Amino acid sequence: MILELSHFSAAFFFALFASVVFGITQRNAAMDQVKYGLYCFAMFLGGVFVAGWVMWMLRH
Amino acid sequence: MSNSTVSKPRAAEAAQTQPLSAMAVLASLVGWLVPGAGHLILRRYVRGLILMASIVTMFVLGLLMQGHVYKPNGGDILDILGFVGNIGAGGLYFLTLAKDWGQGAIAHATADYGTKYLIVAGLLNFIAVADAYHIAIGKKP
Repeated sequence: MILELSHFSAAFFFALFASVVFGITQRNAAMDQVKYGLYCFAMFLGGVFVAGWVMWMLRH
Repeated sequence: MSNSTVSKPRAAEAAQTQPLSAMAVLASLVGWLVPGAGHLILRRYVRGLILMASIVTMFVLGLLMQGHVYKPNGGDILDILGFVGNIGAGGLYFLTLAKDWGQGAIAHATADYGTKYLIVAGLLNFIAVADAYHIAIGKKP
């Protein structure tokens, strides 16, 4: 079985799993873990969009 | 004066931190071999199960995307670093080698993503192991 994700899907799942681990391991309280995980997830995906637009501008 | 204000919290933290114990070593070792299991034996069941699900799923997705699994090598520095990342997954890595998975040629774009998934899953497991160790020595609740 071969899984072929789109570029965005691959980046999305990468961000999701990395954010979960960062959230749990880098904060102590449960609510802080959730907040930090969401922050990391937003930064990951935000970085994807920024990089995407930068590449688009370089191309055009 | 400033030294006394800085040293008080450190002294309090040091008082709470337990010396290296057998449980700390065991939790680290088990957590490396089975992602999340270090937290489970320390009775952090929810954290352990979430870590296990995240890291194992990431590793399996990497394999399904036909990512490359690095073997021990002394060649290119990137290959060596790839191996270091891969071996962080512990038991998953040894199982993968035993089954000879992840040895195909990278034939499409997502396979390269798969390689990165496999490496990062191992690196995330290193972080999880460190977290289990900190819990075991009382540095983290």
